[in-house]
Amino acid sequence: MSLLELRDLHITYRSERGDVPAVRGVSLTIDPGETVGLAGESGCGKSTIAGAVLRLLPKQTLIGGQVLLDGEDVYQMKPGQLRAARWTSAAIVFQGALHALNPVQRVGKQIAEAILLHSSHSKQVATQRVGDLLERVGLPPHRARAYPHQLSGGQRQRVLIALALACEPKLLIADEPTTALDVMVQAQVLELLAELQRDRGLGLLFITHDLSVLTSTCERLAVMYAGRIVEDGPSHDVFGTPEHPYSAALARAFPTIGDPASRMNPTGLAGDPPNPANLPSGCPFHPRCDKAIEACSATDVELRQVGVARRAACIHIPVEGGIDRG
Amino acid sequence: MGDGLLEMRDVSVTFSSRRGTVRAVDGVSLDVRAGEVLALVGESGCGKTTLIRAILGLEPLTDGSILVEGKPVNQRQRTLRDLRRRVQMVFQDPTGALNPRHSIYDAVAEGIRIHGVAGNEPDLVAGALSRAGLRPPENYMPRFPHEVSGGQRQRVLIAGAIALEPQLLLADEPVASLDASIRGEILALLRDLVDQHGLGIIAVTHDLGLAWNIADRIAVMYLGRIVEVGEAEEVLANPQHPYTKALLSVVPEMERLEQQILTGETPDPSRIPAGCRFHPRCPLVASGEAERLGVLGKCTGVDVELVQRGAGHWSACHAVP
Repeated sequence: MSLLELRDLHITYRSERGDVPAVRGVSLTIDPGETVGLAGESGCGKSTIAGAVLRLLPKQTLIGGQVLLDGEDVYQMKPGQLRAARWTSAAIVFQGALHALNPVQRVGKQIAEAILLHSSHSKQVATQRVGDLLERVGLPPHRARAYPHQLSGGQRQRVLIALALACEPKLLIADEPTTALDVMVQAQVLELLAELQRDRGLGLLFITHDLSVLTSTCERLAVMYAGRIVEDGPSHDVFGTPEHPYSAALARAFPTIGDPASRMNPTGLAGDPPNPANLPSGCPFHPRCDKAIEACSATDVELRQVGVARRAACIHIPVEGGIDRG
Repeated sequence: MGDGLLEMRDVSVTFSSRRGTVRAVDGVSLDVRAGEVLALVGESGCGKTTLIRAILGLEPLTDGSILVEGKPVNQRQRTLRDLRRRVQMVFQDPTGALNPRHSIYDAVAEGIRIHGVAGNEPDLVAGALSRAGLRPPENYMPRFPHEVSGGQRQRVLIAGAIALEPQLLLADEPVASLDASIRGEILALLRDLVDQHGLGIIAVTHDLGLAWNIADRIAVMYLGRIVEVGEAEEVLANPQHPYTKALLSVVPEMERLEQQILTGETPDPSRIPAGCRFHPRCPLVASGEAERLGVLGKCTGVDVELVQRGAGHWSACHAVP
């Protein structure tokens, strides 16, 4: 059974100025021990998905489709079940470690609280476990007595990972876990995540806009644009030979050092991400696309199969068997 | 004196704190020419921001000198005002750096008013906005920061800086807070300012990909010192200092290199290690390579200066022959 399965997920935020469709039909599965990367720009809906998995979105948000954690529909769970699922089935590591921790409580106490709430362990056992968890993420156990401000950015991010691991979840959702960190510390955190996945068979959903980070950490990659997956497949293929013009633009944004084509030649993508409340017609990427043809403004293209395990949603990809199943 | 736009000689900035003296910048000599981009690379706490503040006259020097177009940077009010017209700064977080209640017009015009730049104010603002890629400028002038995207906000900041026609632009992590797709556009704009208008730019960053994209030269900073400096292609293709090598090895795309993840974070500038300041984290020391080369004693005991290793390439390491 998959750890996480999203079935045609639709998420619409309600606001005074109207409905905002943030996620428009996303399907995705993560198996035990698998690392899946979700890439895309601000506003593409990737963090909304993270929130939806653990039912953390505002109450009035409209959710369509299904979110299955360990085969169970998260949106059908009773409050008690949901509380248990939130720590033991899946846990989230947010970006901005400074805001996610309570500034006036020692970090060890914050981790112990999660353990005590979700298990029948005694206080002593919990304290012991806090020490183990901190060691696991590469911090000396005595740092449990530190307050968040006494730790550096990288150390705080490690504390957040330790906190997320407190109840031994099977799935870890990491939302931009390294964005605010220095390169060397980023490398340390990425190595830690890779180790956890390898040693404990942890499933990992890794969300970031940095395609190069995803490629070095994840086996599979899904690229999102305007609330939909526009390309997915093995990460080296998606990054190395992108099929969708948007994935190609994202990949080009991260130069390969030593590649003469990018030397003194930074490339980006003209234009800005679309406003989810007011999406362009047809393929939402067409106003920024350098391969757009006239039909693109009228046809909304669904994902099409490219090769064995790859899909992309672009009008230039031939439809298999001549029939557009979208 | 060369044609240096900016010349720094043995610059030191120290702070005193309860824990003793903090040597944030500890003897830096560096030049920037007109029409070049210098990438200043290093981890948090290595002193790059303090160095930038010193160039703007925001930190008094403990030692050494900084000359901008031959004129020394000092703390006198009148020189500072003149200096700040010639040296402008672009900050990392455009949202935080813009006043949310000032229109884009006012954000760009503020510097023009403060410095009493000659000319018609609306024309100057329009010129700066279009040079920063916000075209047509009339569309942007009446809008407020929250009404434009993150990339456009960064362009507003750049417009505000170039409105004063500075000779030197200091950009602190100019694309770190921006989306991947916008990153390239802003970098292309910075490069364009250098090529078209002859500015000198110091881009402070920990992103070596940025350096490959736009920098002519790279200076790598560690604990208040420059440990390697040279032509960008040379430094990236043929790094000499073990710290530069480690930084390069953790760039996610550089998978052909064996990763050298240094443990810990940049050490504390109030307790700079004796000998080579990098030795406690140095992979050459840890692997026994330094001992094998017979330089371990020097690494742990003798401070090391930059030595020229090739055309326009200097590094500070005992183990490099």
